[in-house]
Parts: sequence; structure tokens; C-alpha cells
Amino acid sequence: MNYRFLTYGVVAAILAVAPLFLNAYWVDVLNMIGIYAILALSLNLIVGHAGLFNLGHAAFYAVGAYTAAILNTKFGIPILWLLPASAIAAGLFALIIARPIIHLRGDYLCIATIGAGEIVRIALINDIFGITGGPNGIFGIARPVFFDFVIRRPQDFYYFIWLFVAVTIFFFRRLENSRFGRALNYLREDEVAAEGSGINTTHYKLGCFVLGAAWAGMAGDIFAAKMTIIAPESFNFWESVVMFAIVILGGSGSIPGVLLGSFLFIGLPEVFRDFADARMMIFGLAMIIMMIVRTQGILPQRPRTYPVEIAEKAGVSG
Amino acid sequence: MSLLTLKSLSKSFGGLAAVNDVSFDVGEGSIIGLIGPNGAGKTTVFNLITGNHRPDVGEIIFNGINITGMPTHRIVSLGIGRTFQTIRLFQNLTVLENVLAGRHARMKSGATGAMLRTPGQKREEQDALARALRELSFVGLHEQANQLARNLSYGNQRLLEIARALATEPRLVILDEPASGMNEQETTLLIDLIRKIRDRMITILLIEHDMSLVMRACERIVVLEYGSKIAEGPPSVIKEDPKVIEAYLGTGD
Repeated sequence: MNYRFLTYGVVAAILAVAPLFLNAYWVDVLNMIGIYAILALSLNLIVGHAGLFNLGHAAFYAVGAYTAAILNTKFGIPILWLLPASAIAAGLFALIIARPIIHLRGDYLCIATIGAGEIVRIALINDIFGITGGPNGIFGIARPVFFDFVIRRPQDFYYFIWLFVAVTIFFFRRLENSRFGRALNYLREDEVAAEGSGINTTHYKLGCFVLGAAWAGMAGDIFAAKMTIIAPESFNFWESVVMFAIVILGGSGSIPGVLLGSFLFIGLPEVFRDFADARMMIFGLAMIIMMIVRTQGILPQRPRTYPVEIAEKAGVSG
Repeated sequence: MSLLTLKSLSKSFGGLAAVNDVSFDVGEGSIIGLIGPNGAGKTTVFNLITGNHRPDVGEIIFNGINITGMPTHRIVSLGIGRTFQTIRLFQNLTVLENVLAGRHARMKSGATGAMLRTPGQKREEQDALARALRELSFVGLHEQANQLARNLSYGNQRLLEIARALATEPRLVILDEPASGMNEQETTLLIDLIRKIRDRMITILLIEHDMSLVMRACERIVVLEYGSKIAEGPPSVIKEDPKVIEAYLGTGD
């Protein structure tokens, strides 16, 4: 336990000073890792904790990004204020999409989510409602302003993004160790037994979809602010695949696993950029080997521990 | 007083009548056994009561409320807990977490409460933990609280299912073949446990294959054959009933 705490502390300290030693390119790589970490952590609720195969998570990311971009460019609402708007739009969208397909099992649900993701992407390309800008997307999104400070340089974004990652970890850790988090695990382990133990499984399936989507929507807002220009190609099927692979390879249901997965998946291809095409092949091979030798991911979910002794003194006698 | 009433329940699967016009009452505070040869429709009756299936005809009244066709989790929250014939634990979670699943229906806090860790949520978690541990002590699995459920012995897994069902604070517990796979000594302990559950004013409906267990533990027995009720009464009467003997042993000719 202490050892884990130390690891977290060291990683946090390294991340806190990293921009001082890195050039803008590498800081930007870390920024993308951070955004994917937020996305993968949000997908982890759905795929890792509840065991629902969702290969359309980029759709929620897109809804959040476009909500922020449209409201910012059309009405000039500051991008930071739009974080809740992006969350609500993506969450509502998830509710509408998930409602009719949520009862589907495993592979069927997976196909349905791929379909939903493609519908969003194609709708964006076709300039739906005349507000998404078609294939060119939306440009001229304002930089985030924090009081009087404009977040502009990669270093500024670095601290903004990783602060958001930290907040996400903080809340999701609490969520994991709660009635809500446990309910997701119960339904992943055995849906019939979960329902038979008194858990409204449909409610929790929808709940994790809506919450995961809302968080991905906020990642979309941050992405739009960082790029100042967004286009449908940033939200294609491959993005969903990357998020899914990060969760599975890193460790389903494990926050440290998903974080490590984001570093490996987004960071390693950059480190091995010199090897050009061979890197993706080696990367693919590494993924296959990983899945054979370590099915549960690099850092699997650990059993929750409870203060049994304390609870005994307080409760069992009474 | 009758806690659970089944009124002429029928259910068929693809033309095959699994349950045919079955009615019986379960009195509050009693131990009732539901027996019958393989394929007699016992588990189907169970699944009708717990909401896993919806009857084609008939009504199920629990504690004055018509629960016919209600979703399972609602039925659990009204006070019917159950175990499964084939063990259905959350194998990769700890023993304690399995029991906490049963507490779920008696808790309220949601995602927001958890993320903000409100005082109410904290209190609720502590209370759930204490009560889950109490149920574990009750079935004697207290020492194994932090083990993974899949590492328990077969008999202990059955006990854990019972603890999980009790954690829902049921008024009626339905046990689906709790003694299957247990040896003689474990079965005797199980009978003691069933009586201890009844002493907590919890009514018990038991499906069982093991006749000796049913005869020793139950106060009333309902016998099914081919989906229909063929007899009902105290063990001493059921034992002598020619129709029951025929159903179990077959006729001489």
C-alpha cells in the first residue's frame, strides 16, 4: 500500500516538472496522452467496470467537441464555461443512443455501438443541421481563458489537461469504491445474479454509459480548445478502437492500468517514430502477444479492501 | 397469515407446459418445501416468483402486493431474497463484496454522492459494511471476508449465496437446492442454519431434491409432477401419500 502510494507520488512529481525539461513537441505528446487518458478512463467505466463492449466512444467525444465548438464560435461563450454543456450534450446523446440497445449482450452491443459511432461521423461530414461545417469542420475556436490568463502554449495546456486527469482520477477512484462502482462490477460478473440481488441492472448500464459519455464529452471540449479547429476525421472509428485497446491492454477496471495504457499506446509510437512503418507492425505484434500472455491487462483491477476490523468494532456487536 | 400466495399459475415454453395451474400459500414464519422429480417445474415456479419469468396465467401476491410480472430487482426490494440452483456468485470479487451486493437494495446513494463522498454516503457505506459482516458471521464465513469468492469451497459458496440473500433483509428467502453437492455433515449444518434463519422471523421456501433434508427441515411440503401440484401437507402425510410415492418410485406395473 505504501509502495503504491510512493509510485503515485513519484509519477505525479515527474509529471509536474516534465514540461521544464521537454521541448514543445514532447509536451504536446504528453498533452495527447492526457486527453486519451481522460477518454480511456471514461470508457473504463463502461468497458472495464460494467463489461459492456462499447466501440463507439468517439461519438460521445465528438458530440462534446462539437457542442463546445459550435456554442463558442456562434455565440462566443467561453470554452471553459462550456465544459458542463459538453458533458450534458454527450450524456443526453448517450442516453438516447443507449436506451434502445442497452439490453443487447456482448458482441451484439459492440456492433450497435460501432453503428452509432459511424452515424455520428457521417452526420458530421454531411454538415447535419448546417452547423457542423461538413468535412472541413469548425475553425476559430477560442483559447480557454482562466481569469485573465489565456491558455495558449503547449505547456499551459499541459497543466490544464493533466489537472483534469487528476480530477478525473480523484472522482473515479471514489466512484469505484462505492455502491455505484460495485453495482457495475456485479453486472459485469453475472447479470442474472446482480438482478437477483436487487440491482436494477438496466439503470446501471444506462448510468455508466451516460456518465462515461459525459466525461468523454468534456474531453471533447478540451480537445476543441487545444486544437482551435476540429473536423470529423478526429472522431473516426480508429479513435474508438484506440480507447478500447487502452482499457483492455492497460487493465480493465484499473485506473493505474488505464493510465499506463495511455502512455504506452500514445507515447510509444512517438518514441519509435524513427522506425517509421515498422513501429506499427511491432506495436500490433506486441498487442497480440500481450493478449495471449496477460489477458487481464498489464495492471489488472485489484480487489477492493474494506476496513473489516474497524467495522467489526463499530457494527457487529450492535 | 399468508405471506406469499400463488393463484393458479401456468407457464409454458414453446407448447410444453412447465407449470400448470399451480396454487399454494406460504404462511409467514414457516418453512415450506417444494419437491418433485426432475423436470417437475420446481425451478420454473421459483423463477415465476422471483420475476425471472412472467406467468402466462395466474397471480402472485406477496405481502398483499401483486408482484406478477414485476422486474426481479423490485421484487427483491419488496422482500424476497433468493439463491440459485447452479451457484451464481460474483466469482472475481471478494466474499464481502458478494454480500454487499445484497445490501444494494437497502442503500440509496448514487454516483454523485459517491464522487462527493457526502456524509450520508459515508454513513451508509459504513452501515452496509457492518451489516454485511454480520451476515457473514451468521453463516460462518466471517474469516474469509477478504478472499475471492471463487476460492471458497463448494459448500461455503452455497453459504455465501445464502448470506447475500439475507443481506437484502428479506421477509421470504427462496433457496434453490441449497444442499446439492453437500455431504451429510454439511447438510446437517445447513438444516440448523435454515432453522436459525426462520428464528429471525424470515419465511423460507425450499426447493430440494434431497428428500431427507426436506423431511427433516420443512413443516409443509408441496409436491409437483409434470408441472402440476399433486399433493400438499406436512412431511408425515406426504411420506405416506401414494401419489407421491408413485411419482418418485414409479408404479409396479
